[in-house]
Amino acid sequence: MKVAYWPGCVSRGFTPELHGSMAKVAPLLDIELVQLDRASCCGAGVIAEHNQELADTLNARTFALAQQVQGAELMMNICSTCQGAQGECQERLDANAEYRAHVNSTLADEGLSYEKGLTNKNFLWLLVEEIGLDKLGGMVKRPLTNLKVGPFYGCYIVRPRARLGIDDEHPRDHYLEQLIEALGGTVIEYAGMRKCCGFPIITMNKQASLKQAGRHLGDAVDAEADCLVTPCPLCHLNLDMQQPLAEKEVGRELNMPVLHLPQLVGLALGLEPKELGLSRHVVRPTSVIDWSSAVVGAAA
Amino acid sequence: MAETHRPPEQFTLRMRRYDPESGEAPYWDEHTIELEPHRSVLEGILQAKAKFDGSIGIRCSCRAAICGSCGVRINGEPGLACHTHLDHAKASSKDGVIEVEPMGNMPVIKDMIVDMDAVHWKKVQRVTPWLLNEGPQPEREHIVPRESMVDITQTMACIQCGACVSDCLAMEVDPGFIGPAALAKAYRFVGDPRDEEQRERLLDLSEDPQGIYDCTHCFKCVEACPKDVNPMGQIMRLRRIAGADQHINDQNNGHRHEETVVTLIKDYGLLHEAEMIPRSYGGNSWFGKFHPAAGKELLSSLPVAIRGIAKRKMSIKIALFGHKIPAQDLKAVQKIYEKVESKPERYELNLYVTGEDE
Repeated sequence: MKVAYWPGCVSRGFTPELHGSMAKVAPLLDIELVQLDRASCCGAGVIAEHNQELADTLNARTFALAQQVQGAELMMNICSTCQGAQGECQERLDANAEYRAHVNSTLADEGLSYEKGLTNKNFLWLLVEEIGLDKLGGMVKRPLTNLKVGPFYGCYIVRPRARLGIDDEHPRDHYLEQLIEALGGTVIEYAGMRKCCGFPIITMNKQASLKQAGRHLGDAVDAEADCLVTPCPLCHLNLDMQQPLAEKEVGRELNMPVLHLPQLVGLALGLEPKELGLSRHVVRPTSVIDWSSAVVGAAA
Repeated sequence: MAETHRPPEQFTLRMRRYDPESGEAPYWDEHTIELEPHRSVLEGILQAKAKFDGSIGIRCSCRAAICGSCGVRINGEPGLACHTHLDHAKASSKDGVIEVEPMGNMPVIKDMIVDMDAVHWKKVQRVTPWLLNEGPQPEREHIVPRESMVDITQTMACIQCGACVSDCLAMEVDPGFIGPAALAKAYRFVGDPRDEEQRERLLDLSEDPQGIYDCTHCFKCVEACPKDVNPMGQIMRLRRIAGADQHINDQNNGHRHEETVVTLIKDYGLLHEAEMIPRSYGGNSWFGKFHPAAGKELLSSLPVAIRGIAKRKMSIKIALFGHKIPAQDLKAVQKIYEKVESKPERYELNLYVTGEDE
């Protein structure tokens, strides 16, 4: 399937292994990525905090660019925060024709216009809803046997439920567990799996921010997870890059590797840890998990 | 209406019990009650209390989701016991047993009764929850624009049940955070055109390290609220007025952080992560990094940065120069900024007020 692909900023900045692993995994899943190179940052909720109309207009521009991609079935993102921040803007744009026309009048200078009803799905949603877990399970070359994986969603992709389309038919707040199982791994449930990583306040209240990250990582350690997996690069920054500082804040050793979603999928589809950028993490998954026996050795 | 005629069914309640006078630890207590499925969890608790154990502690009054007394956690989620149907609660339970616990982030007095005075009401008092207008009073009533009052009705819908306080993730790590309920109440007066102390209120709430910039934007309160008050949305409005309108340059980096994100996207089209810390701490320009506050923070972040570069997590080029969208698109983005920001007043669509038109 062909998708208008929005990689976000952080996946090309401080977590390049996310964007890189997505590019490696997409062809294996028969996903054609048409990258929206011209689009701007979603604003991560902070532009909306400054000026709501500005955030709505910038994201309407991104949506309009996505709608111009010939043959694309939908827009896909790889960041919980993009999903949530863009979804919030789209909710306003789709709800009110007058407002949409007003925003489109600003985009008209560039010859762009957003039409109501874009489908914008995170890679996680696309895996479950478009590809299907049965099909994905059939593609697994290296089941994640004996790998105990703790999901970490990121707030923006689990709340608020109504806006994100989470209901009995689409239990999107349980997709990570379903996915881990489909890939042959073991799900580890722990207290912090749907809580906040603390990243949004890292420059305002560093102590509280690191305490959040440290507690969730500690809960995962106590639940005996081998690693975490997250669809959010901003969570990844606080959980992985800041982990040594979070350790100091909560006063315990953590040493918990955190994988990006496409990395976990890529491992199960047979890609090598190195080509998925696993060696680029601050807490190297290779230092904690013996990939030669735990996963790599269990090749089907 | 057929639902109301469904015959009574059995439901099992698993209640978290705690009696501080007993010296015992909290424990789980199960009772099976019989009621029509559309009846409330509160009615179930009251039946258990009447039939099996008169010592079960629960606070309640109106039984109609208006007094806000019976806030509890049902199957781990905050809500009003009187506003949750037994069949829905059973459906959302892990094992068919409805789990009822006291709310979080507040000390437990007994069983499902928490100390609202110690936390919730204290925080509400913290935001001066009354109108401040000492000026000459009009002969008759204050005349205000209709829209501005409609705008604050959303916060007036709060019934002070504490559900949002119970679930606040910022409060979980920083109990001193003023919190969602009290800050929503603060917006009720900041947004009221009759109030004369808007700037002073915002100065106070911005400068407080546990004020508006301590919110982690986790949407927990939005989800918890049984009255659609959207506390986090009100906190964002407080930030908008404090930062974008009143230009309050707070000591918590809140406004500088916001300005930094807004400016970087204007200059690059994308976020330039390496500039976030120096500008948020030292001031929103390339020179921010030379400010002593930024220097101190950069120095403490140096090990993180070195580790990142050493592991090729980020390239030196990205760290120094960031990444940009193509020049023509950057121009288009900057034009959007100019057009939207040059308006004399911010245009803010509030779906709570307008509803959906399609």
